[in-house]
Amino acid sequence: MDNRVTTGAEKLIQCLEREGVEYIFGYSGGAAMPIFDALVDSDIKLILVRHEQGAAHMADGYARATGKPGVVLVTSGPGATNTVTGLLTSQMDSVPVVVLTGQTISPMLGKDGFQEADVTGITYAVVKHSYLLKDAADIPKATREAFHIATTGRPGAVLIDLPKDVTQGPCEAPFVDEVDLPGYTVPTHGDPEAIRQAAETLMAAKRPVLYVGHGAVISNAGKAVIRLAEKLRAPIVNTLLGKGAADETHPLHLGMLGMHGTAYANKAVDGCDCIMAIGARWDDRITGKLDEFCLGATKIHIDIDPAEFGKMVTADVAIAGDARLVLEELIPQISAGDTEEWLQSCEGWRKKYPLKYAKQGGLRAQHVLDRLHHTTGGDAIITTDVGQHQMWAAQFCLSTTNRHWISSGGAGTMGFGFPAAIGAQLGCPDKKVWAVCGDGGFQMTQAELATASIHKLPTKCLIINNNFLGMVRQWQELFFENRLSGVDLVGNPDFVKLAQAYGVKALRIRRPSDVDRILAEAHAYDEGPCVVVAEVVKEDNVFPMIPAGAPLSGMIIEKPKEQLAKPTGST
Amino acid sequence: MSSATPLTQATTAASPDRDLHTISLFVRDAPGVLVRVAMVFSRRGYNIESLVVSPAARAGFSRMTVTCSGDPSILEQMIKQLAKLVDVVHAIDHTTSDRFETEIALIKVRCEGDSRRDVLEIAEHFNAKVVDYAAESLILRVYGGSEKLDAMIALFEEESVVELVRSGKIVMTRALEMT
Repeated sequence: MDNRVTTGAEKLIQCLEREGVEYIFGYSGGAAMPIFDALVDSDIKLILVRHEQGAAHMADGYARATGKPGVVLVTSGPGATNTVTGLLTSQMDSVPVVVLTGQTISPMLGKDGFQEADVTGITYAVVKHSYLLKDAADIPKATREAFHIATTGRPGAVLIDLPKDVTQGPCEAPFVDEVDLPGYTVPTHGDPEAIRQAAETLMAAKRPVLYVGHGAVISNAGKAVIRLAEKLRAPIVNTLLGKGAADETHPLHLGMLGMHGTAYANKAVDGCDCIMAIGARWDDRITGKLDEFCLGATKIHIDIDPAEFGKMVTADVAIAGDARLVLEELIPQISAGDTEEWLQSCEGWRKKYPLKYAKQGGLRAQHVLDRLHHTTGGDAIITTDVGQHQMWAAQFCLSTTNRHWISSGGAGTMGFGFPAAIGAQLGCPDKKVWAVCGDGGFQMTQAELATASIHKLPTKCLIINNNFLGMVRQWQELFFENRLSGVDLVGNPDFVKLAQAYGVKALRIRRPSDVDRILAEAHAYDEGPCVVVAEVVKEDNVFPMIPAGAPLSGMIIEKPKEQLAKPTGST
Repeated sequence: MSSATPLTQATTAASPDRDLHTISLFVRDAPGVLVRVAMVFSRRGYNIESLVVSPAARAGFSRMTVTCSGDPSILEQMIKQLAKLVDVVHAIDHTTSDRFETEIALIKVRCEGDSRRDVLEIAEHFNAKVVDYAAESLILRVYGGSEKLDAMIALFEEESVVELVRSGKIVMTRALEMT
């Protein structure tokens, strides 16, 4: 036994243990068998999923909730290709994940072997970096580099493709601690001169706005954002992914900006004379029509990724660095600005354009989500899927704590919410975790009910069921003369019975008067997963709305009487 | 690059390289690095005009020289995306640098009888060397600035050029400046 040579797979697992990996989200198969075999003797816990996409989203949710890299292990061919959507999701939103894929034996590469796919080739466009290992001796170095690259700088997805002969054969290479990556540099502290200019620019402003993105979450810059806002007396807005970095209930916080942001956040951005992006990338959901975005306002851009400078917006001051470190150097240079008139304008908008919803005419998703926020006291981790429910959740579930809001922003991946909640729950076992899903997205990864059930995870899943793909239906109603096409989800299962079939507790909300009682019952239930199905009105719209490609001033507060022109912007 | 396209443009050498940009990359000699670089161009539907990849002086690294045309502000952003690749040590647009550029071409010209003398005259004028002397054809090797190569090729009757292989431009900054 002692004389037995360590295999590549065993070495790989030892490397993962050295990286501090607690969980692997995986699905087995022929080419990955040596790695799954090596896992038997490891303390790393394997979470067996029901579809590889679920594994990728769980790893992503785990990473977003904990800040630690999520790890996925799948087999070759279809096993690997099923993770591609997850890779895109993580890479677009700068989430550290490491995906390990089995591969056919190296002599068979390129020969259309059974379950062979050119996985590095297929995934180049959706990873930060990747490896195809043809020699077991490279395993320690590649693994160390993969974790370093995934977790540092602007985090992202890294893939290691592992031919079976490499994992099955011997590996005598020593562990590697230091990385040698001459092409990979990570900015940390910003340039002092640029920071000085930023301070000057901010203090010269009469109507400044702090625009906070996911970079602030990743660098844990929220408290610094609040300090800066208080010192400068400037309002804060955040992106969908920036939620929770800076407490959204702070008096200076105007909530989410952008396509479905609050009217007061968008009015503030449209009326500002200086906007500072803190770990945000001027996404098209934020700027609307770029040519008319913040005209005349000075722009400051803090980003750890210099490739974001000048991509959408060319800022007057660009600072490459970690958001928190840059703010900490900036704050001492700031003194209170004369912004009281500006803050009063913002408060005026907040009063004039509150988020609202109809209390009559059946059960409304907004009502359920508003009450979910009250039920959790804002202290739960909330994950979402993609669509109307996501935007309503973003509007009503104000986020107070970093890494407590988890949503697929850049990729907009349906099917993300529920598996992401499972990953978040495993990473944060003492936290209450709620997935908020639509009926469409939930069905894309609903098989993970089994995963949640087997591990008795106290994850809650709220399904906002309107039997429609609501967001697309909304667009068809507003912009396509209500010609409904491909949005009616007739044939939905009874989600309560579906959950029960997996041994999962399930509750149903039919009436507004049910909402508080059932949400409280689900929130208190900790013996296993709980699905709550809210049977909401079929047709409802998310407002405010800035049609894609329209300027911020084109924001619609409520349903217009007349048909609108088809949006010109991206999707 | 077909032989026909540059022929017509060869005489306009005065225009600044028809907005061609010369980008030099210093990269790790790793599998996949060429694909990663090419994808920065292809995802925007950009075409690479020429590409030279060869070992660098330092073991384990390669030098790439890419020429490409496009909107300068978009190219600037693409260069940032190239520099961001883990395997790319640096990526620099040398279009306005103080630099030396050269290119090599092999030209197979059909020539019999009297026309042979005309071809040899052109070759002599451009300092081209005859590297293959066959009964019905010559292969000429010529090097120099891309505009010089364009100008020489344009002097041949289009139908007499049987084949053309150009190396693509290589570039080095002058003095001790890093390329």
